Amino acid sequence: MYLKLFITFFKIGLFTFGGGWAMIAIIEREIVDNHKWIAKEDFLDLLAIAQSMPGILAVNIATVIGDNLKGLRGSIVAALGTIMPSFLIILAIATYLTPETIKNNEIISRIFKGIRPAVVALIVAPVITTARNAKINWKTVIIPITIALMIYSHIPIVSNPIVYIILGAIIGIVINIHKTLKKEAHDE
Amino acid sequence: MNEYLKLIWAYLKIGLFGFGGGYAMLSLIQNEVVGSGWITSQMFTDIVAISQMTPGPIGINSATYIGYVITNSVWGSIVATCAVVIPPYILVLLASHYVSEHKNSPYIQGALIGLRPVVVGLIASAALLLMNKDNFGYEFTEQVISIIICIVSFCLVFFTKIHPIIVIIMAGIAGLIIF
Repeated sequence: MYLKLFITFFKIGLFTFGGGWAMIAIIEREIVDNHKWIAKEDFLDLLAIAQSMPGILAVNIATVIGDNLKGLRGSIVAALGTIMPSFLIILAIATYLTPETIKNNEIISRIFKGIRPAVVALIVAPVITTARNAKINWKTVIIPITIALMIYSHIPIVSNPIVYIILGAIIGIVINIHKTLKKEAHDE
Repeated sequence: MNEYLKLIWAYLKIGLFGFGGGYAMLSLIQNEVVGSGWITSQMFTDIVAISQMTPGPIGINSATYIGYVITNSVWGSIVATCAVVIPPYILVLLASHYVSEHKNSPYIQGALIGLRPVVVGLIASAALLLMNKDNFGYEFTEQVISIIICIVSFCLVFFTKIHPIIVIIMAGIAGLIIF
């Protein structure tokens, strides 16, 4: 069972490009449909836990599923299975394609000159999709814009993204608790 | 401070505060590894490109690659990867065992709602910080070509269902021909 668990998550890690969100569908197919290890509703519950915690989503999902199936050891096996493929592939690449090679090899350097602006575009696209999902409107758009400019500013502390993660979480908690209290008062 | 300790500290922070998926995590990684002067903005972009073209999450890929580059040893990769993975691993286990009615916890729910607009800002900052001469070239003609590649790539990713890997490969071929 441990070996099966490892191989399943190794496969998931090996064949998913583009990280967490792309992985969810594949994990669901393997775990829920193919192996029938977990029922669909339970899978969604575990997914909610994995998404609510920081870290790498794919590893978080592997952790909760492994834990649910086989306890602590299961969670280690599943998490390692997910990590291993990318770790090994990147290590192989890192030993051959060092920053010096990219700079000094004429052909590779030209290829990367073309790739870099495309990578920037790949990061601009999710700005818009996540803004839509977060229901950002013309009034609230000031929040992400301010945060982006502050981080861009290179001013010590102010440009540290961790500051905004902590602030966002605290403000969210305060507003949510306030709302719950108000609702309770209203209900009484 | 020892390079290994610095790596551990940087990736502990990246793992612990990495909310909102890989693209939002980029902002944290950038702040830790480019902001501290470990690698250039150009190298960071190259690592993102390599991460996009290889399987697996960017968090793992960047930890493995940067860990290796900084220490010139496999141990750097192992140490950085463990640092980014272990704290969230512990938190996930604790959450699934001890937070009862996890889904309805007003604290977790509130925090996640509050983080939504932050995540948008984080991704935007990552994009903004990469729009520089390191990535778009130092000469005028190079910059014009780079901007065109950037706009075309954006349109392909945003308006069509073309996979990002295909877009990167096409941009690489364009670079090989034009530059």
